[in-house]
Amino acid sequence: MSRSKLTQSNRAGWAMAIPGFGLIATFIVLPFFFAIGLSFTNQRLISPNPTEWVGFDNYSQLMGMGVLTLEPERDDAGAVLRDEDGGIEYPRLRNFTRNNPDYPHLDGMREWKSMQWGDVRLVLLARDVVFMTAVVNTLKFVIVVAPLQAALALGLALLINQRLRGINLFRMIYFMPVVVSIVVVSLLWRFIYDGNDGLLNNMLSGLTFGAFEPVDWLGNPDTALPAIMAMSIWQAVGFHMVIWLAGLQTISPTLYEAAEIEGASRWQTFRYVTWPGLRNTAVLILIVITMQAFALFAQIDVMTGGGPLDSTQTIVFQAVERGYGKQDISGGSTISVVLFLMVLTISLIQRYLTREKS
Amino acid sequence: MTYTKLLAGTIIASAIATGASAQTELSMWYHGAGNEVESEIINRIVLDFNESQDDWNVVLQSFPQGSYNDSVIAAALAGNLPDIMDVDGPVMPNWAWSGYLQPLQIDEAKIAEYLPGTKGEWDGKLYSIGLWDAAVAMVSRRSILEEHGIRIPTLEKPWTGEEFDAALVTLKESGDFDYPLDLGMAWTGEWYPYAFSPFLQSFGGDIVDRETYATADGVLNGDAAIEFGEWWQSLFERDLAPGTSQDPADRENGFAEGKYAISWNGNWAAMNILEEHGDDTLFLPAPDFGNGPKIGAASWQFGVSATSGHPEGASQFIEFALNDEYLADFSNGIGLIPPTTASAEMTENYKDGGPMAGFYELSEAQGTLRPVTPGYVVAAKVFEKALADIANGADVIDTLDAAVDEIDADIERNSGYGH
Amino acid sequence: MALIDPSNRGLRLAIRYVVLSLIALIFVFPLVFMVVSSLKPDQQLLADTGSLRAFLPVGDISLDNYAAAFKRAPVGLFVFNSVLVTGVTVLLSLLVCSLAAFSFVFMEWRGQGLVLSIILATLIVPFETIAIPLLLIVNQLPWIGLDGFTTGWLNSYQVQILPWTADGLTIFLFVQYFRDLPRELIEASRVEGASWWMIYRRIVMPLAGPVLATAAILKFLVMYNQYLWPLMVVQEETYRPVMVGLQYFFQLNRAWGEIMAYLTMITLPVLLFYIALQRAFISSIASTGVKG
Repeated sequence: MSRSKLTQSNRAGWAMAIPGFGLIATFIVLPFFFAIGLSFTNQRLISPNPTEWVGFDNYSQLMGMGVLTLEPERDDAGAVLRDEDGGIEYPRLRNFTRNNPDYPHLDGMREWKSMQWGDVRLVLLARDVVFMTAVVNTLKFVIVVAPLQAALALGLALLINQRLRGINLFRMIYFMPVVVSIVVVSLLWRFIYDGNDGLLNNMLSGLTFGAFEPVDWLGNPDTALPAIMAMSIWQAVGFHMVIWLAGLQTISPTLYEAAEIEGASRWQTFRYVTWPGLRNTAVLILIVITMQAFALFAQIDVMTGGGPLDSTQTIVFQAVERGYGKQDISGGSTISVVLFLMVLTISLIQRYLTREKS
Repeated sequence: MTYTKLLAGTIIASAIATGASAQTELSMWYHGAGNEVESEIINRIVLDFNESQDDWNVVLQSFPQGSYNDSVIAAALAGNLPDIMDVDGPVMPNWAWSGYLQPLQIDEAKIAEYLPGTKGEWDGKLYSIGLWDAAVAMVSRRSILEEHGIRIPTLEKPWTGEEFDAALVTLKESGDFDYPLDLGMAWTGEWYPYAFSPFLQSFGGDIVDRETYATADGVLNGDAAIEFGEWWQSLFERDLAPGTSQDPADRENGFAEGKYAISWNGNWAAMNILEEHGDDTLFLPAPDFGNGPKIGAASWQFGVSATSGHPEGASQFIEFALNDEYLADFSNGIGLIPPTTASAEMTENYKDGGPMAGFYELSEAQGTLRPVTPGYVVAAKVFEKALADIANGADVIDTLDAAVDEIDADIERNSGYGH
Repeated sequence: MALIDPSNRGLRLAIRYVVLSLIALIFVFPLVFMVVSSLKPDQQLLADTGSLRAFLPVGDISLDNYAAAFKRAPVGLFVFNSVLVTGVTVLLSLLVCSLAAFSFVFMEWRGQGLVLSIILATLIVPFETIAIPLLLIVNQLPWIGLDGFTTGWLNSYQVQILPWTADGLTIFLFVQYFRDLPRELIEASRVEGASWWMIYRRIVMPLAGPVLATAAILKFLVMYNQYLWPLMVVQEETYRPVMVGLQYFFQLNRAWGEIMAYLTMITLPVLLFYIALQRAFISSIASTGVKG
């Protein structure tokens, strides 16, 4: 019999896949198509008004952008006006973006980023600055957290994958933050990050003999997102450690024995035995962490609510804030679809980069 | 217990059960799960009502307050609302407009004397009625103000904006406190519009234009609003009040521990403060920033769902609950403001000369409803974010403009919210 | 490492333990804070948060917060509901997802590539973004129960279980693990005429210990921490799970001691579950004899 004959089985294959696939189709795929549909309407969460199709309105509302060049204010003689600090004075943006018939395409937009070009200021405007900020923050979070968390988890897995008296106790302790709900963890860390007499500030000031100036970790736009990143890594690293550990189990012990006989160093053993054996696990972990990082929500909801000054806005937080908080279910659904397309693109790229080289 | 007695007991019990089943069941939702005192009172009212007549049997389902609104909205989407439910005052127009609620069928004479903040009216009809109101006051201590030479304001002569600001600066310079003023920035959510929009209104601005309810332009970003915004921002720049990252625990205990000199706080927190400082405690009116001193009004109220098959029974229950004795019970139990003078006289704290009587007067004199519009739910969220951003140093005018745009866009997307 | 004589096994061992313990400290301190705080009255709890006292059961220590928590909410009922819903979901999920993964890895059937792609794509859909449509769907679904034939799944256990039974991540976990198993074993059994079901049960599953444990823990955590979904579909207290119950403790004036006591109590079942499963890891580690 040929190999394909051995493994070919349409009926049995479907029979085994259908319970899982059927449930996923009913409870995830179907509602998601529903959400895609909603994103092309003006549906509100609660409203007596009829639902209407609005085409791509929600999408252009979300992602509309514009550029404006601001000329400096000049006095009658044409000289550039400067403020007390010597900075060039520009007309206020609201003169262009609010009810200005000469700039209808900019109406309702806000400044997202700006740069100086000689005397002229180039302003990048966005129709939905908060969403743009949320996208950037989410990407930052993914780029920092995904590799760091994966690497730390692998380090921990290797550390506890040894035979040592009491190692099980350590395995349990490293895993403990995972066991506690992220909502609970976020509540606890609010005490730790407190700006006045929080534990972290007190510890740092104790370690530096008082030289450390207390930081309002969650209240400062520069430290809020890093603080949430650190906590998120702390919370989830134990889980990925366990996945790495499961992967380590699949590596045949004979390979290690062979390496030992060959006199391989620890690093060589890792490089040529352990790492190749973890290939599938690595792909799994990378994808799982990326997905989880993109879905960042609970920490934000409990700890900062997106603030201060939007420094911790994230895509899913915005989707929830609009869909439920502001009762704009079509707007929330639009964000979900955009997020889906974004992550799909990224994972296709990831898959291409980590493809098996045949 | 002998066998016969047991048997007799069973028969009697089943007879009672059969008797009760002749009553039509009315389901009721309430937001008090986890609050023992509140649950005890509401359970007693339900029990009293069920025993008082033979037609209706109210069955209570309690929800935790933090997730109550989400539960109701989900249930409404699924067509699964109860007969009777309670609703937060400012949210009521949203639920009435969306068809969750129907007008009450109660004798309006019964509520003629009620504080205005307890009556939920939308589109000229009464949709909900509260068994209490809530109020906010500048809570301080006589000894603190006297020590720093600060005039104690009265209802007739509240602090002016300048006077209030100067008082804060004086307290700050004394160095006796972490911050002179505790605004409660740690309480996110409805607290922001409830507690802070009256400041804006006293400056002469508002969340939306109440003439038309069609736009926020000119009121939320007009000169008065910008002036308010600048002052608001300066509170945090000058370290007169802790900002959005205030420790929630400090909000609860900071004033009692002496970290703050003045706390902008609700009457529900007043009982704890009274316990701590006794006679020294002061409940002071809001400052007058030019357009009169104002505080938020309206708390939780009872209504009848639009899908109820027995609105007459549901209304009958609500009317039954409007009893001075119950009103006083709620007040004594959790410190809420009784809605009538008669019920106020029956309470320990709000009777004439009682320690919290000031709140009743505040509520009567300064209570201002939040904008009565279905769009309030969204506008409140936008307002909250704008205030948080300004407190954190965002440009005042740009932030208010953005808030106006968002509120206006929402009103437009909802075809004017039925105004 | 010139300072340390590599032949000194005792010292090396000691260093290992020191490193392990230091890392353990980082992971354990917020939880110690939680448990210790649950024993203190509110005033002291808040006063202690800034210092090392937060980790020490000193001062006015009692179980009062636990008693108060039981008075405030039916803690036992909430834990029962969560454990029941979680337990059933985990068991169903392991069966359904491992079967599907088996068919993707070891079998060939028409459409399998497309089906797997769809399943993997669902990994990208955060639950929050489909909750409302899902609510409308389950509200229309039929059910046969003790009351006969009914429509709409609100206020039930199944509405908390079935939508969560199958998910892309669990299937993906199994797929990645199965891919590392030797295919020759399966093909040999086919040659000998074993049915697919026999191969699944007798050959593959006995080798799946680590992945079963991993998938079970993951599912357990997701299910036990459910909040938004039960909030939407359960209106009756009888079916409420622990995280919705947590809201009972968030009154305007928060009783932090009670919150910590409640958190400690609801964390216990998860910890027990993990300890129980850890044996699966230990045995598989022991049987493969991997050394660090």
